[in-house]
Amino acid sequence: MDPKLRRQLGRIVSWVLTFLLMMIICVPGLWVVLTAFRPNAEVLAKPAVWVPQVLSLNNFAKIFGFAQEVAIPVPAYFANSMIIALTSTAIALLIGMSGGYAFARYRFRFKDGLFLGLMLSRTVPGIALSLPLFMIWSRLGLIDTKPGLIIVYVAMNVPFTIWLIDGFFRQIPIELSEAAMVDGCTRWQAFWRIEFPLARSGIASAGIFAFLTSWNEYALASQLTRSTYSKTLPVGLMDFTSQFTIDWAGMSAMAVIIIIPALALTFIVQKHLIAGLTFGGVKG
Amino acid sequence: MARYSPKRLFRNRMNLVPFLLLLPAFMVLALVVVFPLGFSLYTSFTPYRLIRPNTLHVWIGLRNYTDLMGNGDFWAAFGRTVLFLTIALNVEFLAGLGIALLISRITWGQRTLRTIMMFPMMFSPILVGYQFKFVFNDNIGILNNALQALHLSDGAIAWLVDRNLAMFSIIFAEVWMSTSVFAILLLAGLLSMPRDPVEAARVDGCNPWQVFRHITLPYIMPFAYIAMTIRSLDVARAYDIVHVMTGGGPAGRTELLWTLIARTGYNNAKMGMANAMAYISILLSIAFTYFFFRKLIAARKFMRGAD
Repeated sequence: MDPKLRRQLGRIVSWVLTFLLMMIICVPGLWVVLTAFRPNAEVLAKPAVWVPQVLSLNNFAKIFGFAQEVAIPVPAYFANSMIIALTSTAIALLIGMSGGYAFARYRFRFKDGLFLGLMLSRTVPGIALSLPLFMIWSRLGLIDTKPGLIIVYVAMNVPFTIWLIDGFFRQIPIELSEAAMVDGCTRWQAFWRIEFPLARSGIASAGIFAFLTSWNEYALASQLTRSTYSKTLPVGLMDFTSQFTIDWAGMSAMAVIIIIPALALTFIVQKHLIAGLTFGGVKG
Repeated sequence: MARYSPKRLFRNRMNLVPFLLLLPAFMVLALVVVFPLGFSLYTSFTPYRLIRPNTLHVWIGLRNYTDLMGNGDFWAAFGRTVLFLTIALNVEFLAGLGIALLISRITWGQRTLRTIMMFPMMFSPILVGYQFKFVFNDNIGILNNALQALHLSDGAIAWLVDRNLAMFSIIFAEVWMSTSVFAILLLAGLLSMPRDPVEAARVDGCNPWQVFRHITLPYIMPFAYIAMTIRSLDVARAYDIVHVMTGGGPAGRTELLWTLIARTGYNNAKMGMANAMAYISILLSIAFTYFFFRKLIAARKFMRGAD
């Protein structure tokens, strides 16, 4: 075959493949978003209604309690999710910075073993961990409280946070803080004036991962929360399925509410996210 | 000057500072992971049932474990979980590699494509499950509606009810959610690869397959191991997906280890037995992670040596 024709053909094939790929990634999510604005009658219609006839914010009004029937306290779940995710992320970052600094800057006994232990603690499946936590937390009175869930999420996020932050501190030449210390800074001052500002974007990306993990977690939250005091959005989403018929439109509206903060955060920091994953992991 | 010798501060082996810095991390993990797992291990040697608190103090030794050895449902779920993980991780790696190669070739709109590719990473697993429960719904799902509109099928295909189709649907949802981890990391690897060795190999007469097999692939393998390690840290996220899509049913056809643990522990209140199962699932997860982590460490040493 003529090489020019062949290259042309290759380009067409790769565009078709890319298009198919983007369809598979986007269509399910966009369909859920579209459903969030449609009345349930249209979602259930047979034969299927492909072009929406009615678009409205009714489903959102309903789940936020502006309509007559308030079945699911979404504003409370939203507030719980925010408070729990933000607090656990902040604490996990502080602990992660301290631990990541130790791994990046000091040599000590059992270093590799401790690091491996840290990672292995993260692999315990949430549902397996939920069994003993459920028993212990109910004895400690931590079931259905925000602090109860916050502590759990801090522990879930610390290993990965340490891993990422360790990688970012390692990228900063040790000579910089050594020079600052020769000039009279203490270790503590050198950290805040040199290493922290330089690693800030990496720490931010670690924070995004921690936030997303807490925001999206279901297996543990579903067992450790009971009521509007502490239930998070993913657990609240399952409220819809306890009824006989599934309210697809209402569930889709709630799905949109869960995904918007996550998407917004990701868009803001997507460059750091990729750098965080690769540099933290490879060059570490 | 000697007083400030920072080298000694950093390099002293007997220094307590690193241990103090790591103390908060290990305290939290002790409270939330280590201590509960110890309690869980103890519970797995008792016939503990939530409705009869006294049973927590009855020691029955290994009976839960020996019962499990002869439990057909448990082994079916165990086998299904290993199969599920093997298929999902392999498909994710291959699809991720394909996507990364595809996008690395495209010059126009690459950043937009990469952003779209990251979408599934941001979805809560519970949302992915819900989304595909909706897509694969036999009555109103977009997939069946599309197949019927295109006259590719007459009746409603029961995606989430049929044994094989339900397993396929769940694996599809899992792959949809997690392939982007592989794709993004492998793409980062491909983009950071130096061009010279590839050019040199081409000049020496290598065909594209040989270039890929002997130059590209070895270079991006460390990136693949990072992706594998990150993935193996939370393979149990699949519990959320299965829980929403099928709940392990119908009739246990999609029951994985994790849904079986939840059913035994919470629905049937057999905490002792559920903890025994949980221990086996933990060992499975640790085995997966340990395997990839060793490979990652080796790959990192290899990369550092090359610097």
